[in-house]
Amino acid sequence: MLSLGIEVRGLCKSFSKRKGFIRSRRTVAHALRDVSFEVGLGETYGLLGPNGSGKSTLIRVLSTLLVPDSGCVRLLGFRLPGEEAEVRRRVGRVSVDAAFYKKLSARENLLYSAFLYGMERAPAERRVMEILEALGLDGEKFTDPLEEMSRGMQQKVAITRALLVNPPLLLLDEPTTGLDPKSKRDVQTFLEALRSEHGTTILLTSHDMAETERLCSRIGFIAKGRLIAEGTADELKRVSGAETLDDAFIALAGEKLDGEEAGGKKKEEEAVAGA
Amino acid sequence: MEHVLRQTWAFFFRDYQLTRRYFSWVVVFTFYAVVNSATVVLIGVAAGDRRLTLMLMVGVMLWGLLSVVFQEIANSITYERWEGTLEYTFMAPVSRVIHLAGVSLFATAYAVVRAIVIVAGMLLFVDLDLSRANWGGIVVVLGVSSAAFIGLGLTAAVLPVFSPERGAEATNIFQGVLLLVSGVYYPVEVLPRWLQPLSVVSPATYALSACRKLVGIGDGPEMVAGAPLSACAYELTVLTLMGLVSIPLGLYVFALVERWAKRTGKLKRTG
Repeated sequence: MLSLGIEVRGLCKSFSKRKGFIRSRRTVAHALRDVSFEVGLGETYGLLGPNGSGKSTLIRVLSTLLVPDSGCVRLLGFRLPGEEAEVRRRVGRVSVDAAFYKKLSARENLLYSAFLYGMERAPAERRVMEILEALGLDGEKFTDPLEEMSRGMQQKVAITRALLVNPPLLLLDEPTTGLDPKSKRDVQTFLEALRSEHGTTILLTSHDMAETERLCSRIGFIAKGRLIAEGTADELKRVSGAETLDDAFIALAGEKLDGEEAGGKKKEEEAVAGA
Repeated sequence: MEHVLRQTWAFFFRDYQLTRRYFSWVVVFTFYAVVNSATVVLIGVAAGDRRLTLMLMVGVMLWGLLSVVFQEIANSITYERWEGTLEYTFMAPVSRVIHLAGVSLFATAYAVVRAIVIVAGMLLFVDLDLSRANWGGIVVVLGVSSAAFIGLGLTAAVLPVFSPERGAEATNIFQGVLLLVSGVYYPVEVLPRWLQPLSVVSPATYALSACRKLVGIGDGPEMVAGAPLSACAYELTVLTLMGLVSIPLGLYVFALVERWAKRTGKLKRTG
């Protein structure tokens, strides 16, 4: 019987970029270096790391938007690379930037998504209203162009899009970044309900320690593309001898979550691989 | 099947809603296209040459249709990159064939409506009797040539994956070359000899040749009855072959570039 929602083994991903024209140099950025972890079915797993640590790359690999250089992934038992079509039917994703057709209304954007997943109009609209209501979004805004909505409202519409088809697996890439405290609480409460009522497996990346501690049963620390530690919030604090998760991250990663070294110097991620 | 139709409809629905939201721009661009077409056709009127007038009118109508089919498909990925929605489209459980079929359906419907408006607009400026044209045959030629242009559009649609701005620029250059070599407003024989071979590989060349026969442009200054469709057998065969080759080729190129983009991380939002 399937017990793992996400299984990642030895995942590596790097990006190369050519610089210069005549004497061009190729620089390679290692975004993920031998990352391995597991998330149980129905578990909420948090991934904490500074900007550029590899969180979004990992989410993109799991969303079938990036092909890894090496390593393998199983999502709900389906292998990546290989079974992308099966994975896409079962995964919802929310990214930090709410990417929509901004001239279209929330209704039009969400209906478009619903049709993409083969849903009928009437059930899709019912489901949308349920989710938006649970997220605390005023139904009257439903027909307004998204460009007229605040960032918080747009993000709630993005979450609604990810949940339209009730996916058993959710990939949330900093879903509450930029939200006001009330909107943040609304989203967090909704995610808790989703886990307890539907048993949804959730992978959440965040900078927000309190949010991660509240929502996630286990947490992984990622820095410079490596998963450097994982466990419950208490375990991570105990292992690092720190009182807060923030301090635990600094102690284990040697850098702050805002991307600075503990000493204050900015980290370089790129390594020159050759001319 | 119903599921597939709904997914195809998703793209038609999205593009229709976007067109509706940008309707004032659609009106402006269509107005410009009507005026631009009229200025071209009036050259024939000024020369007092009905044959030239009709030849220009066919060119304007056909280019108005086929270039928009090409442009809408070719730019579909550019629009998605600008909006940042490309990743969401690519991670939806929709095959690329359905995706591009939906985009192509809307592009064709939009181009047909626009071409009808342009022809209606031109008839306000020019007094031409088109009652003897073989309209049924013209519809068949437009349908077959649209398929060939859809194939070209699919191939060009991958360019913005490499670079949103450069891709859009390259698409416009490609479209310009098609306009130059296809004999839209003049016979291809007037092109420099070194350029003429390009007209052989442009589907617009054959579509124009067929439509000019079907609309009733004879060798002399007098209007003649539109030719039967059988008179365009050669053009239709070439156009069908071009469609049969260019659509699968466009899908294949698209699939290759999509795989490359997923290896190199080029799907990420830019622009």
